[in-house]
Amino acid sequence: MNTPVIKTLIGFLRILYTYPILPVIVVVVVVTCALFAPFLARHDPLVGRLQNQDRPPIWGDVSVISGKSSSPEFILGTDALGRDILSRIIWGARYSMIIAGLVLVAGAIGGTILGTVAGFFGGIPDEMLMRLVDLTLGLPFILVALATVVVFGNSMTLIIILLILFSWPGFARQVRAETIRLRAMDFVAFAVIAGASPVRIILKHILPGVVNTILVIVSLNVGQLILTEASLSFLGVGIPKPTPAWGSMVAEGREYISTSYWMSLFPGLAIFAVVFAMNFLGDWLRDRLDPRLRQL
Amino acid sequence: MGILILRRSIAAVIVLVLASVLVFALSRASGDPRNLFLTEYTTDEDWEQWGKDMGLDKPYPVQYLTWASGAIRLDFGKSVKDQIAAVRVVRKKILPTLQLAVGSYIFAIVVGVPLGIMSAVKRGSVWDLLGRAFALLGQAMPGFWLGIMLILLFAVKIQIFPTGGKDDIRSIVLPSIALGWFAAAALLRLTRSAMLEVLDSEFIKLARAKGVSEVRVVWKHAFRNAIVVPLTYAGMFLTALLTGTVITETVYAWPGMGRLAVQAVFGTDFPVVSCIVMLATAGYLLMNLFVDILYGVLDPRMRSNTG
Repeated sequence: MNTPVIKTLIGFLRILYTYPILPVIVVVVVVTCALFAPFLARHDPLVGRLQNQDRPPIWGDVSVISGKSSSPEFILGTDALGRDILSRIIWGARYSMIIAGLVLVAGAIGGTILGTVAGFFGGIPDEMLMRLVDLTLGLPFILVALATVVVFGNSMTLIIILLILFSWPGFARQVRAETIRLRAMDFVAFAVIAGASPVRIILKHILPGVVNTILVIVSLNVGQLILTEASLSFLGVGIPKPTPAWGSMVAEGREYISTSYWMSLFPGLAIFAVVFAMNFLGDWLRDRLDPRLRQL
Repeated sequence: MGILILRRSIAAVIVLVLASVLVFALSRASGDPRNLFLTEYTTDEDWEQWGKDMGLDKPYPVQYLTWASGAIRLDFGKSVKDQIAAVRVVRKKILPTLQLAVGSYIFAIVVGVPLGIMSAVKRGSVWDLLGRAFALLGQAMPGFWLGIMLILLFAVKIQIFPTGGKDDIRSIVLPSIALGWFAAAALLRLTRSAMLEVLDSEFIKLARAKGVSEVRVVWKHAFRNAIVVPLTYAGMFLTALLTGTVITETVYAWPGMGRLAVQAVFGTDFPVVSCIVMLATAGYLLMNLFVDILYGVLDPRMRSNTG
């Protein structure tokens, strides 16, 4: 083996590990897809034509079961209903991003309010909040979500509500710990002596101190959230069909895995790429903003 | 110490009660439980009689107490599908799920810990980069997709493992990897950072200065100190694995609790669903309680930490 080549390769890899180059590219691509899905997708994500069903990706040759050949029209092939996989992945990015965005904003705001209030006042409200956090973390989320969706029917709103209920405790717990730490500091004591109201102290003195923590938790949670949403969609209780969701696309392709691998492979790769990018960015951000959270 | 145990136990009981209220509400929201027994021969008198038998004419709090007093004795009612006690249906599925959890935990330890040590000892080398790539992959791949891809590679293309089910020892391999990769990744990262920290400490420098061989430094001095950290997370991993079984068992048609839960939910078999959810929650709380107490015993600084 040629050592200089390996050395350059390792150097190159080390750069990739140190700076979030790949993740930034992935995030830019996904956000572009989410924003401009109607212009980027060449085909209708919902309705396919049956004569196009089961086409292999552009480099593949002929499908084993349907005998259909690949076509330059469908770069990543088509699914069992003749819908273009690439177009569905592009549209899927939009739904994935909308859900992740809404849930994290709501979870972060809710968790921060509850966390700061509980941490600042302590006592019975604090005790109640912590038990609620324990409850949410202790319940088998996937099962509870599954049962709730089966009882109340499948809808985007319900999924978003469930994911919010599942995501706020992470924020509340960490923000509360941070608030307790800040509350013991002298500048808070001075503010109390100066006669500042609790609301003012929380907004002006505590909140600026927990912003970094919140940012880090958001970035560390994006990936996990996308995975959870995808898992729910995979089980058939996520984003309702026929709306393209990456998780349900993997599930639909599962039946054809032995003959038409592309139906599951590519949507799964999309989930993987996004989660990978978000995790990497989260780690990177944490090391810079708040290294104390390294245990998370 | 006694007060800590008491506090934590009371907190756990409160959480369990809250969970039971939620499960009860969900099962009542799913509709009148009598609908499940309805046949074309059911008369209005039967309907009323069932209502009386099941206590449905009483207010909700009374109904909840009846349900909860049964739940404490693990009596969640009869499974709608199998017509035997729900807990008996669930009990048969515990062992396969535990086998799968143990299988994936073994995979996680066997792969995660050595790779983590290697990553730390040869920091910045190819091994380190490979190890971290393994960890990044494990934390980003959706479990269901990984499961399907493993089936594609090792059951369809190269036919060395079965595609699903539970027959011989070979059938546990793929599900264990699919379920355990995530935990392996987490273990790898924990081991790596713990090893790095220990290798950086004074007593390792002293050992090296004394001329102790590198192998001895790594295995005798550093490893023994570093392994404590990943081990303390063992309980957490086991619970995470038990949640992951819902997905993995569905993908591999593994006859365990996770798959049963999914089937029961879709079949609106609420006695079975309640039983599984309550058992899972209780298991999680017990595990956490145990870890909390263990921390208190091992590390006196944790005892003052109320919260």
